[in-house]
Amino acid sequence: MIASNDIPSRTNPQETFVLNLGPQHPATHGVLRIKMTMNGEYVIRAEPVIGYIHRMHEKMGENRTWAQFLPNTGRIDYLSALHYNHAFVGAVERAAQIEVPRRAEYIRVITSELNRISSHLVWWSAFLLDLGGLTPLLYAFDDREKILDLLEGVTGSRLTYCYFRFGGLCNDIDDEFIQGTRTFIAQMRPRLKMYRELVTDNIILRKRLEGIGPISAEMCRKYGATGPVIRGSGVAYDVRKSEPYSVYPEFAFEIPVFPESDSMARYLVRMEEMAQSLRIIEQALGKLPPGPVMGKVPRVLKLPPGDYCYAVEAARGRFLVRTVSDHKEFPYRVKLRTPSFSNLSLYEEACKGMMLPDALALLGSLDLVIPDIDR
Amino acid sequence: MEALVDTSQIVKFAKLDDLLALSRANSLWPLTFGLACCAIEMMAAGGPRFDISRFGAEVFRPSPRQADVMIVAGTVNKKIAPAVRTLYDQMLEPKWVIAMGNCAISGGPFVFPGQYAVVEGVDQLFPVDVYIPGCPPRPEALIEGILALEQKLTGKRRWPVVKPPQ
Ligand code: SF4
Repeated sequence: MIASNDIPSRTNPQETFVLNLGPQHPATHGVLRIKMTMNGEYVIRAEPVIGYIHRMHEKMGENRTWAQFLPNTGRIDYLSALHYNHAFVGAVERAAQIEVPRRAEYIRVITSELNRISSHLVWWSAFLLDLGGLTPLLYAFDDREKILDLLEGVTGSRLTYCYFRFGGLCNDIDDEFIQGTRTFIAQMRPRLKMYRELVTDNIILRKRLEGIGPISAEMCRKYGATGPVIRGSGVAYDVRKSEPYSVYPEFAFEIPVFPESDSMARYLVRMEEMAQSLRIIEQALGKLPPGPVMGKVPRVLKLPPGDYCYAVEAARGRFLVRTVSDHKEFPYRVKLRTPSFSNLSLYEEACKGMMLPDALALLGSLDLVIPDIDR
Repeated sequence: MEALVDTSQIVKFAKLDDLLALSRANSLWPLTFGLACCAIEMMAAGGPRFDISRFGAEVFRPSPRQADVMIVAGTVNKKIAPAVRTLYDQMLEPKWVIAMGNCAISGGPFVFPGQYAVVEGVDQLFPVDVYIPGCPPRPEALIEGILALEQKLTGKRRWPVVKPPQ
């Protein structure tokens, strides 16, 4: 790797060429396009071009009632659909001052954390696929299917969940789910250990990631990067701890932080997070309160005029919903602050002067979901 | 009499066609092209549980020139549409298209009066052979779609049909 201040001497326009990465490219995990100005193997400038999967979520929010917008939230970042559900119902509940039963909040936490593990497993397999290893995908998807079985049992779908409702949940969990989740935790712990032995400690992976793509805490702040990206840069910022929501303060868990700031640090943060999620689920199952899972909700929902926000820690970072109500049936505005967008913004600065394969390792370590960027 | 000899040769050619169709149906190489949520289910179909390779369709090719079938998995909007069309044009004949998910079929959940971004169905861009409804369709549904394409190629169904319980 060369330092970015060596670059000016290499930017003779006659020696550079433009490499177009995407929009159809396996390493962009979807339809991101990156216009790279290259000098040989070195990236001089990487300009992300977005909008290839713009799906009008914010516009749709203005065209339907609050309840009708709920299924959309599962399709913005489809890998962590439940967190997005949570942020939206949280914003509406805060606005309408709906009381949510404690049992419902506990189940929200359990299912969200299961969703976080499944999301990290997809990232793990796709990231290693970028680096050239196919086998981890087969392991990760095997574990992921177990989570999907559990979640399918209670939510009814495999991927784009729409499980949370204003005031609670549409379904209570049953003994089968509780038993299944306990079994899953017991199975997953040795699997995480196996992943460490199989992949994380692998010397090839270490050489490929250590010291590659440093992102300073300063840069994270400048671009608003959150989630595992900022925690891999040594900043212990996690919405679950810093702006606690739901019943997260009732659980003991740690925020994994790695100060190395390289791609390996971001990798380790996510691996450690899976273990922490298992911890949260175990505690939540242990003290699951009895009671209803649906609070009292008015039949026609009209929010008092005002501006309401709710932030959650999604698998990729801080997701915030801001809705503005003008006392009509439809929202006046639904603004979605998505983590992938901010995490992508720093890419241009971070990958200056890197080798192309390293730049792709950096891109993978940011864990982007493209519809989450374009919304 | 000589005309009869010609006829028998034609019959032989028809058999060769069958053989070709059979081998094509058993090695449909899809293009690696995930657009949105449905692509995750496409990955899951390639994963260990659903294992699409049982039907010879696991060789996802990143290059359209090596692919036989394009699985359009996700929303096609107006900005990506020319790129999707180019990919289709770059694929070599014979080629097939599977529209996976409601978005690829008709724009799915993103169609409302006044919508400005999504293409309402990829069949507006190029012909589609198999439609798989769902949002997202389950991996089993994708496998069923591939079997339906096999049936279209060979003219007969070689795998048992699963009947939903009454
Ligand atoms: S059909 Fe549904 S799951 Fe598939 S891409 Fe469209 S919104 Fe996503």
